[in-house]
Amino acid sequence: MNKFEYTIKDEVGIHARPAGMLVKEAKKYESKIIVSANGKSAEATKLMAVMGLGVKCGQTVEVKITGGDEDTAYKNMKDFFETNL
Amino acid sequence: MKEYRGKSVYKGIAMGPALVLHNKDQQVKRMRIEDAEAELARLEQAKQESQEQLQRLYEKALKEVGESNAAIFEVHQMMLEDPDYLESIENIIRTEMINAEYAAALTGDNFSQMFAAMEDDYMRARAADIKDISERLIRNLLGYIDMDFSQIPPSIIVADDLSPSETVQMDKKKILAFVTVHGSSNSHTSILARMMNIPALIGVRVPIDEIENGTEVIVDGVEERAIFNPDGDVRRKAEEQIREAEEKQRLLQDMKGKENVTLDGRKVNLYANIGSVSDVGYALENDAGGIGLFRSEFLYLGRSDFPSEEEQFQAYKQVVQTMGEKKVIIRTLDIGADKQAEYFHLGKEDNPALGYRAIRICLAQPDIFKTQLRALLRAAVYGNLSIMYPMIIDPEEVKKIYDIVSEVEEELKRKEIPYQIPEQGIMIETPAAVMVSDELAELVDFFSIGTNDLIQYTLAIDRQNEKLEEFYNPHHKAILRMIEMVVNNAHKAGKWAGICGELGADSDLTETFLQMGVDELSVAPSMILNLRKKIRGIRITN
Repeated sequence: MNKFEYTIKDEVGIHARPAGMLVKEAKKYESKIIVSANGKSAEATKLMAVMGLGVKCGQTVEVKITGGDEDTAYKNMKDFFETNL
Repeated sequence: MKEYRGKSVYKGIAMGPALVLHNKDQQVKRMRIEDAEAELARLEQAKQESQEQLQRLYEKALKEVGESNAAIFEVHQMMLEDPDYLESIENIIRTEMINAEYAAALTGDNFSQMFAAMEDDYMRARAADIKDISERLIRNLLGYIDMDFSQIPPSIIVADDLSPSETVQMDKKKILAFVTVHGSSNSHTSILARMMNIPALIGVRVPIDEIENGTEVIVDGVEERAIFNPDGDVRRKAEEQIREAEEKQRLLQDMKGKENVTLDGRKVNLYANIGSVSDVGYALENDAGGIGLFRSEFLYLGRSDFPSEEEQFQAYKQVVQTMGEKKVIIRTLDIGADKQAEYFHLGKEDNPALGYRAIRICLAQPDIFKTQLRALLRAAVYGNLSIMYPMIIDPEEVKKIYDIVSEVEEELKRKEIPYQIPEQGIMIETPAAVMVSDELAELVDFFSIGTNDLIQYTLAIDRQNEKLEEFYNPHHKAILRMIEMVVNNAHKAGKWAGICGELGADSDLTETFLQMGVDELSVAPSMILNLRKKIRGIRITN
């Protein structure tokens, strides 16, 4: 399992569009990707669950990646957060 | 007569019959089914149809209201594929053996309640999106076709709240105004209403179930009220206001196709100021001779990351191609001060109007600038494009810009990408630029005077500060002398000079500007015919 933490820089937090992009990115990997924040967790492939976390700017999320392609997924997901959120 | 107060989203006045859109989720009945698999197949079919409709809505919205507003339909498509959402509907069908419509309604309610309970205003507003996709799914299950708004007579839409898919389908020629019980100024309804220039009132506590279709309504966006069944006097007054507005419009239509020429033969260019690709339609509708100011900020605002070169290229190309031979002056990035985008990480400034903004950002962060310049140089191949640089104070800045343009040119040449170096001009919006306009004129192809900032900087008056209203005089002699100086310096160097600030549309000054020799006025599309009429009645006596 790989994991990283990331503090959201996007002013509006993980709102609908970035959440949609996140889901698209997460679907590329067979690994299970779990995003946790505010004491809640969501599978990164589930749009409404991710939006339901209600992550705002300045909050820190933890991303856990488990599965066959977890190393690639870890690198790319980290990149994704850094560039988009 | 009954009057309701509301919040105005777009100011304007309209009167007409009400078209009441009732909530559609009331008719869903709970029914037992025998064959769960058959029900799931119906659900799958309805989902497919919904996806196709959303794709069409996305494409329609993309054309009419732009990428950032169309994105909601892409989000709807993804919501409709959400595994939790679909699983919930499927589970209800399987375990309770009830119809797909009811399962979808129940699931939609549960999920939208989850969002409605969230703290964040933005997320709360998303509850409407979930309702919207659930209702779409149900409509498709029931075999209802999407309401064809092109078939309705011109009406005032009265609704609880409008979903994005409802607003975008509406034929704006048929919609006189919107009145909604709910909705926030952040809702898609409000955003689209503003975009489409339709008077709209939100938060109007009207009992919509008691309103019959065809009830006469006045929507007064200026006074922020909706009047149902208006009395004779109120009606007559509203009719008069509307007639005046229409008459003005009608008279102006005669001006289409005519030249912008004074009685004694002096010609001037009348161009349009626009802020998005879809505004080009308004410019052409109002017979603009070109685009005098295309604010490129729309590409940067309301998003989470920088627009790519390709995205910018496509937008610029579309505008210059649509305008054909006509000139399109695109102003490079003017972000900072009152226009902020979080991903620029500009930080708080004590004095943002005098701060890190516009060309200063571009010169300090040339990577951002180069992306835009590459897109502009590539798009210049497709039409009559000019580039305009904002917030210049020094000829040295123009030289630095040219160096960067050369680097971009070299790169495009090396990669054998087609490009063209267009006309390049600058905004004159600082007193410094005015004072050195003789030197600047030697370097650039044209000047466009940005009066809003020039007035603010010259009079040292912040326009947002209400206390200063009595001191604010846009006709101040200092401003007029500055404009004259700029025009003279441009002409001495054989260049042209225009005005693209709000002052350009001030018809009290049109004669003065023409006497000064101003070559071009760039104004809001709706002001063009008005100004043309004014110009055609002027005689410049020397």
